[in-house]
This record gives sequence, C-alpha cells and structure tokens, in this order.
Amino acid sequence: MPLILTDDQQMIRDSAEGFFKDEAPVSQHRDLRDSKNTDGFSRDVWTKMAEMGFAGVLVPEAHGGADMGHVAAGIILEAMGKNLSAAPMLSTAVLGATALKAGTAEQQAKYLPLIAQGAHLLALAADEAARHKPNHVATTATPSGNGFKLNGVKGFVLDGAAADTLIVAARTGGETDDKAGITLFLVNPKADGVTIDKRSMVDSRGAARVTLADVQVDGADVLGGVGEGFAILERMLDAGRACLAAEMLGVSGTSFAMTVDYLKQREQFGQKIGSFQALQHRAAHLFCEVELARSATLKALQALDEGSDRAAMYVSLAKAKAGEVAILASNEGVQMHGGIGMTDEYDIGFFMKRARAAQETFGDAAFHSDRIARQLGY
Amino acid sequence: MADLETFRAETRAWLEANCPPEMREPIRDDDDVCWGGRGVKFKSEAQRVWLERMGAKGWTVPEWPSAYGGGGLSREEAKVLSEEMRRIKARSPLSSFGIWMLGPALLKYGNEAQKLEHLPKIARGEIRWCQGYSEPGAGSDLASLRTSAEDKGDHYLVNGSKVWTSYADKADWIFCLVRTDPTAAKHLGISFLLFDMASTGVSTSPIKLISGSSPFCQTFFDNVQVPKENLMGVPGKGWDIAKYLLTHERDMIGGSDSTGGGQRDSVSNIAKRLIGLDAAILADTALRTDIARHEINALAFGLTMERVLAETKSGQGTGALSSMLKYYGTELNKERMELLMSIRGSDGLVWEGEEKGEGDLARSWLRSRANSIEGGTSEVQLNIIAKRVLDLPGA
Repeated sequence: MPLILTDDQQMIRDSAEGFFKDEAPVSQHRDLRDSKNTDGFSRDVWTKMAEMGFAGVLVPEAHGGADMGHVAAGIILEAMGKNLSAAPMLSTAVLGATALKAGTAEQQAKYLPLIAQGAHLLALAADEAARHKPNHVATTATPSGNGFKLNGVKGFVLDGAAADTLIVAARTGGETDDKAGITLFLVNPKADGVTIDKRSMVDSRGAARVTLADVQVDGADVLGGVGEGFAILERMLDAGRACLAAEMLGVSGTSFAMTVDYLKQREQFGQKIGSFQALQHRAAHLFCEVELARSATLKALQALDEGSDRAAMYVSLAKAKAGEVAILASNEGVQMHGGIGMTDEYDIGFFMKRARAAQETFGDAAFHSDRIARQLGY
Repeated sequence: MADLETFRAETRAWLEANCPPEMREPIRDDDDVCWGGRGVKFKSEAQRVWLERMGAKGWTVPEWPSAYGGGGLSREEAKVLSEEMRRIKARSPLSSFGIWMLGPALLKYGNEAQKLEHLPKIARGEIRWCQGYSEPGAGSDLASLRTSAEDKGDHYLVNGSKVWTSYADKADWIFCLVRTDPTAAKHLGISFLLFDMASTGVSTSPIKLISGSSPFCQTFFDNVQVPKENLMGVPGKGWDIAKYLLTHERDMIGGSDSTGGGQRDSVSNIAKRLIGLDAAILADTALRTDIARHEINALAFGLTMERVLAETKSGQGTGALSSMLKYYGTELNKERMELLMSIRGSDGLVWEGEEKGEGDLARSWLRSRANSIEGGTSEVQLNIIAKRVLDLPGA
C-alpha cells in the first residue's frame, strides 16, 4: 500500500478538519475547563460525532458502524489534536470498539451498535502503576458464584468518571507481571464495591482512580477467554497508541503553525523575529521532525489495517516518534512565543499540556523505544 | 502490460547471456567500480566487456533517448531492467558524474550539438567528467565564485581555481561555473562552461583528507582557452543550471546515506553481533538506548522517503523537500557512524593492522563527517527550508 492517503481518506480528512474546527475548536476546550465540566468533554459534540460516523469508525457495518479502518480513525484523531477537541473518541470508539470486537456474539450485538450511536461510553481500567506497564496487573479476579469477585486499584482510567462500562484487566492466574493469566471484564461502574475518584488532569481531560472492593461480576461479562486477556489488551492498546500518535501529530501541526505564524508577526530589535537565523534553524528542524512523525504515524495506522506482522513495531515507532515530536513542537512553541507563551490567555500552552498528557498515555517514548528494541531482537 | 512482460523476458535472457559471471559478484574493492574515461584501466576483461555491451545497448543510461546513446526505455521498462539486474546481482557497469549530474543538465539546458557531442560518450563511458563548483573563497556562498571567463571573441579565457573537485586528477572534461560578467549582480554574471581537462593551462593537485584518502583536488586554470560553443545554456544564466544540479545532488546524497533503505546492515544487528545479548536484550543497556533512539529516527526517515516518493508519484507532492532529505539523511548517517565507532570501542580506533579491512571503520567514520558539508551544509539546507518552505522573513 503506498504511504499516502487514498481519495476516500482525503475526503474523510477534509470533513473531519471542517467538523472539529467548527464544532470543537480550542475555544471550546477553554470553556470546558473554565466551567469545570465533570466529563472533560461535550456530550453534545459527541452526539454530532456519532452522526458523522466518527464514533463508529471501527465498528463493523453489520453493527451499525462506518467500519472505515484505523487510517480513518487516525485522521479523525489528528483533526481533534489540531483543535484540542475533547471527546471519548479514544476510550470508546477506538479502545472500546477494538475490545468488543473480541467479544461473544451477544456482547457484540449489545455494545457495538451503542458505541456507533454514541449512546454508550467505555473506559479501559488497566494501568495500576504510574508508569505504563500493561502486564503489571495486581488486581485479582477470584471465582465466586457463577462469575468472579474483583479486588484492586486502577490508578489511571481515562474517561473513567464518564463511562457507562469499565473494561477491567484483572488476574485470574499467574504472577503479578505475567502476560498469561490476565482476564478482561466488562464492569458496571455503578455496581456495589466500585469507587470512582474523579481526577481532573493538567490537560483538563477527565480521568479517574477506580477502586474495586469485592465487586461481583457475572461469567457472561468476561471479555475473551479466561486468562487470555493480554492479547486483546495489546490489540486495544496498539490501536489506541497509533491513534494517540495521530492526535499528537495534530498537536504538533498546530503548535508549529502557530509558532511559524508568530515568527512572521512579532518584531524585536526593529525586525521580524523570524528573520533571525537562530530561530529559523530551529523552525526548519522542527518542520523536518513533524514530517518524520507524519510518515511513522501513517505507516502504523496502515499496518493495523493490513493486520501486518510488524504492526506492533510500527505502532511503537509512531508513538515514540510522534510523542517526542509533539513535546518538542509544543515546548519550542512556548519558547519561541516568549513571555506571551506562558500566559493562560494564549492558546499555545494548552498544546504543551495535551502533548505531555498524550505522551504519558499508554507508554512514553522511552517505553516504546524499549519495545521497538525488543521487537527487533535486542 | 503484456508488452512489459515480453520486455522482461527478453531482458532477462539478454542479461543472462551477456553479463559475465564475475560481474555478478559483490563489490569488494574501489577498483571493482568502473568509472570509464580515456585513461580507464579495467580491472578485468569481464569489467571491460560488461561496460562495452551495456554501453552499446544504451543501458548504462536506460531512460535517455536513443539518439543520444541512451536506451530509450520508458520509466516502467527501466524499472524492469533494474529489477532484472538486481535479480542476478549484476553490478552497475559504470559509475559516472556524467550520468548522475551533467547528463540530466545537458538534456534540460544543452543545445542539440552539445547533446550529440557529449551524451553518447558519457553513455559509453568514454569520457569521465568532474564538477567545478566550489572555490577556495566560495563554499556555502557558492554564488560569490570568482573564476573568470573573459570573452575573447572566438573563445573564453578562463582564469581561477576550483576546490573539492572530485577525481579531477582522473577526469577528462569538467563542467564548470565561471563568471562571464564581472559587472552583473552576483547571481547573474555566472555561466556554465564545459571544457577539456587536457587543455593547456589546466592543472590539478590532490587534497589529502582526515580519512587519509584523496578523492578531491584543487584545480587551477591559468589562461585556459575554451571555445565559445562550449558554453551551455544562456550566458549569465548559469546559476539556474547550478541550482538545478544542486537539488539533484542533494537528492542523491540524502538518499544514498539514508539508513532506512534496508540495504546496509542495521546498527542494532551489528551491535548484536559484536556486543551480544543478555537475557534477550543488548548486553550494553546504556548503548542500547542510544541505538534504539537512532533506529527510530532512521526508520521514520526511511518511511518519509517512501512517503515523499509516493506523494510525488500521485501528484500530492508538497515540493521543496530535497533539502529536508539531504539535511536529515546526512545527519542520520553521521550519527550511525558515531554509534558504530562506539559499538566497536577501542577496536574501532585501529588505523592500520595486520588484517585486510582494519582501519576501514575509522576511515568511513571520518568520511561521513563530510556528508553534512558537501552539496550544501546542513545549515544551508535549514536556511533553504526556512526560506522556501516556511516563507520566513528575510531568510
């Protein structure tokens, strides 16, 4: 597959860019923050996204989805990154849909149409430690009644307070860091024993600490095979990581565009600061870095659509490179804006906050460098 | 498509019958590479025959028109030829600045007589060319060049000096930037001149580099008489040709030094062989981090080359990216060489030893430092990106 967007994908890009610019621009992000919105996103926008087919981008047509694939999902996330649009796109449309596609026919029929309609929100409750390590699962699932009893603490659950269903990774066997013995469960956050502590984050998105104390789940709420949850979790995470790379590419794109624009406007010492070579070289270098992040991200999304053996390697490449570049682009953006870049009134700081949060989500550049090295056999 | 398959079958048969077995062996030494020219010394009869046969078919330059000694092949046919040559691991019959640089410029800017005179000889490897661009006082600021070509009615009288002329001591002809109008503005008084290195008044002096080799020369012109018809293009418009060729050269340097192409062994594979694994990860964990970071950039760069090519082919091209590829590709190659030196440790410091090949790494490392200087420095590439891509003021 050539490393470019198809005609259809270019059309999706054009409509996504128009949609988020109109419906969820940076000013909306600011309003959400200032109004201390409990979800961290606008439910109204999410409904419109479902109407556009975005919520069902990975849901099969048989279940009412648009089934447009990962490249299309990435295109939507990139447009969201450009505008800092907040929505449960990642947690529900990407992670949730990917998870449920591994479910039973009953589970698929129950959840997938609701995901596509924007009528049901999901959240992944997997990470326990502050540093991402998906095989580190200390939460236990012990047989009880016709199902299991869950106990443990999930430290970082994105959109955890808004979710209608939690996808919980718990251990039915093996030792704490083993990949085998992890099982995924669909858990109602309103069930007895579930405590949701909402935390607003630096990027004003919603996350929660979820405590599970003797939470009873039915056998029918196991997602995939008992003890075989890690493979599904990896698929979910890889789809999420590639889409986060795309979102960070959008963050880099706007940070960079704002910065170059500022270099052309701002005058000091009687001339535009963009005429200073010290700044020109940094901007030109940044241009190259954003181009590299774009290539790596598109390759990862295509590899997921193709079901390539190397998909995991390309996903880590994209997440590592796009993450590093988003941090660089937003940091350079603030620095080259000077004092105004430090003010809350100006938007560039929002991009720096989002870049940092997205970088830490599902493994930072160091995590993915290590993963690539392992994939390449060293 | 059927025609293309017929062409493939014929090409395969011809290559099978005409490519000597010795020319299907990997290149081991510098003299395995044939540069042609009047003074060519073939390493073997096979090398001579291979050049002669490929040159006669025009397949040293498959896409040039046959009227100028080329193969007259379409882009698709040329691709088939290249695939079939790779299939039998056939060596390139001829390496030549005439093919890579002057030829494309001649096809674009030369007049009919110049094309008929020079292109066939380039195609057959009969004339070896060198490039006269930089001068002792004109490096990054190339347009400040001072080598003069004074109009003497029936000829130009050339005086001055060029530097970093690759293989000038072995070349037969030179394509050279000269100043024909000393009164015109800097970029407007320059012309593009072709002349014989055997002309009276031309002399060369090799420059020894930090890597110990001397592929470059300083070249001196002392009252060299050059016929007027040897000026290519329009007098005073030589800078346009120079820019065209520099872009072309950047693509070559950036492209050939990419680490994403997959032809060279990866840094991590070399590290695995030399350092070894411990519990499935590289035994030197600090170096492993540096290597992984490098390989991420190398892979992303390789994908970027792939994407830029795909965009160009489909007409989605963003344009003006040759400076990006040159800048990033050469910086990556330098980083690769630094890492290989680190992996080899003190063994990499050997300059001369008992065994053949000792000292090669240190020499390659030193050679790589020139990547971001030749063909326009990294800093000049960043200037070009700032000006042409980002449209920054006063750049």
